Amino acid sequence: MRNFLNSHISIEIALQLYETMQRIRQFELTVVDLFARGKIPGFLHTYVGEEAVAAGVCAALRPDDYIISTHRGHGHLIAKGGRFDLMMAELFGRCTGYCKGKGGSMHIAEPDLGMLGANAIVGAGIAIINGAALTAQYLGLDRVAVAFFGDGASNTGAFHEALNLASVWNLPSIFVCENNGYAESTPQRQHQKIKDIVVRAVAYDIPSVIVDGNDVGAVYLAAQEAIARARSGGGPTLIEAKTYRWRGHYEGDPQMYRSKAEIEAWEQKCPIARWRNALISSGIPAAQLDAIDQCIHEDLEHAVAFAEQSPFPDPAEARADIFTSVSEVA
Amino acid sequence: MALLTYREAVRQALREELLNDERVILLGEDIAEFGGTFKVTLGLLEEFGPRRIRNTPISETAILGAAVGAAATGLRPIVEIMYGDFFAVAMDQVVNQAAKMRYMFGGKISLPLTIRSTMGGRRSAAAQHSQCLEAWFMHIPGIKIAMPSNPYDAKGLLKTAVRDPNPTLIFENKMLYNVKGEVPDAPYFVPWGQAKVVRAGKDVTVVALSDMVDFSLKAAEQLEAEGISVEVIDPRTLVPLDIETIVRSVQKTGRLVVAHEACVTGGVGAEIAAQVTYRAFDYLVAPVERVGAKDSPIPFSPILERAILPDDQDVIAAVHRTLDYAA
Repeated sequence: MRNFLNSHISIEIALQLYETMQRIRQFELTVVDLFARGKIPGFLHTYVGEEAVAAGVCAALRPDDYIISTHRGHGHLIAKGGRFDLMMAELFGRCTGYCKGKGGSMHIAEPDLGMLGANAIVGAGIAIINGAALTAQYLGLDRVAVAFFGDGASNTGAFHEALNLASVWNLPSIFVCENNGYAESTPQRQHQKIKDIVVRAVAYDIPSVIVDGNDVGAVYLAAQEAIARARSGGGPTLIEAKTYRWRGHYEGDPQMYRSKAEIEAWEQKCPIARWRNALISSGIPAAQLDAIDQCIHEDLEHAVAFAEQSPFPDPAEARADIFTSVSEVA
Repeated sequence: MALLTYREAVRQALREELLNDERVILLGEDIAEFGGTFKVTLGLLEEFGPRRIRNTPISETAILGAAVGAAATGLRPIVEIMYGDFFAVAMDQVVNQAAKMRYMFGGKISLPLTIRSTMGGRRSAAAQHSQCLEAWFMHIPGIKIAMPSNPYDAKGLLKTAVRDPNPTLIFENKMLYNVKGEVPDAPYFVPWGQAKVVRAGKDVTVVALSDMVDFSLKAAEQLEAEGISVEVIDPRTLVPLDIETIVRSVQKTGRLVVAHEACVTGGVGAEIAAQVTYRAFDYLVAPVERVGAKDSPIPFSPILERAILPDDQDVIAAVHRTLDYAA
């Protein structure tokens, strides 16, 4: 078991990683339930099983660093510091939500946290993150910019164009591929012949690394290295985190494309249970972790109540926020 | 006043805005040493350096994506998309990202992004380098669109766009780059959403986009010899569209011709015709006429291209039809 005192991960960070993963897991399980009960409109893509990737990467970031996410974006926002109440209100379509009910699950964003949005076009964020990296580089800020995406997105033109541009401009972009083995329903072996997406980094002369995406400590350390390189002018990195999506592509997905046995095998590799066991083995009392869980539970209860009590947006506001009024900035 | 080409006017706007604001950067294919395919950016690399005048790979998605991300985080990028036809490979970044980001985020960000591109045929550039695609973008709420028809507007509209906190798209007309016009020496801005009555008249209103303004003025002169008085209006921007000026003119003339180089079907002319018909129905004495390219890919051979694209003779014929119409 991991000895935190001998590793590069402090006890504080180790506990933070646990808390973040648990915040993501509990948030997702709560919204799954609310969705099933018809409280949340639209559709829902959950991050259950992949928590270690967002938690590990974002723990290595500064508040002023940028991230951009995917249609499966709740975990990234939580890991970057997103508040449950404002997230929940957004998912409920209320005017108190992060995007005033205009974005919902698939477009949830908080630029003030450097979170440039979930994005429902697979691969699109990979191209956009270079712009945030360019801003940092151009203004001489030592910020970095992280794009999260899946194995499916690695087949888009945006992925290839963006890695090439980041390489040729030496941008502080970090590309984090959450390889969960499926592009929606299509298994990786059917959508690409390669097993390791990092081989594509070679084509763009970008350093890359494969990590166990269910080992939050490994993700954190790999992210730290990539971030340090980007921050010091060393350019982009491609990180491939091998992980697995426990639930369907969307809530309600009948998942005919994979076996129950496969899902159960991955559930045995639960990133949160692993980390919890490691923490306990290194001397953290289970009660301390239970207390963290309890706080999260209470925070969620408050968030759901906040969302339910929040007003819906005024229909008269439906066409507000399309343009910034010129007088607003003059 | 100086006599500048349309190309020089655009370049002057870029130069002034680069000087005005350190956050302004240029991104595009071949825009640095090469000066751009149409030489609009020639000399800017020497003055502003490669940090601000940024040559890109041939990767429209990466270019526009980077510009969206840069605009969202504090820069004011100006992108050159070499030919408007090339938007087809990167529509997502314009349509699903740039145009929607502010709205999706509940108004939390502004996106001061300017996209310059080119439009139009008449150069035997054939089907993939000649299209006028403004209608595609006018159909997407969230992006402003201009189509300057002369050097003065080309400069002034661009300067306003760069200072605008929203995504703006400017279609420059390749056939106008060498056309000269008066441009003030002192910096100036042309407001978006204000049509210009280019020629006053009382019998027929012609609303013309981009180089169809010149064709319409030529048509108006010929028609004047026949005793027909034509009012020519250049909307200058499609989003926002100054429909009021157009409606007022139609209330006076009772007849409307809308002329653009894009295909007639699904073109901007259809939208203007619909809005005018709705708002000035009782004033119209003839059906609204549309002038545009015949529905076809743009052919290569000059004689074929001329058969497809509209010119002053098409405007004259349309004006005659509105006058000959018997209810």
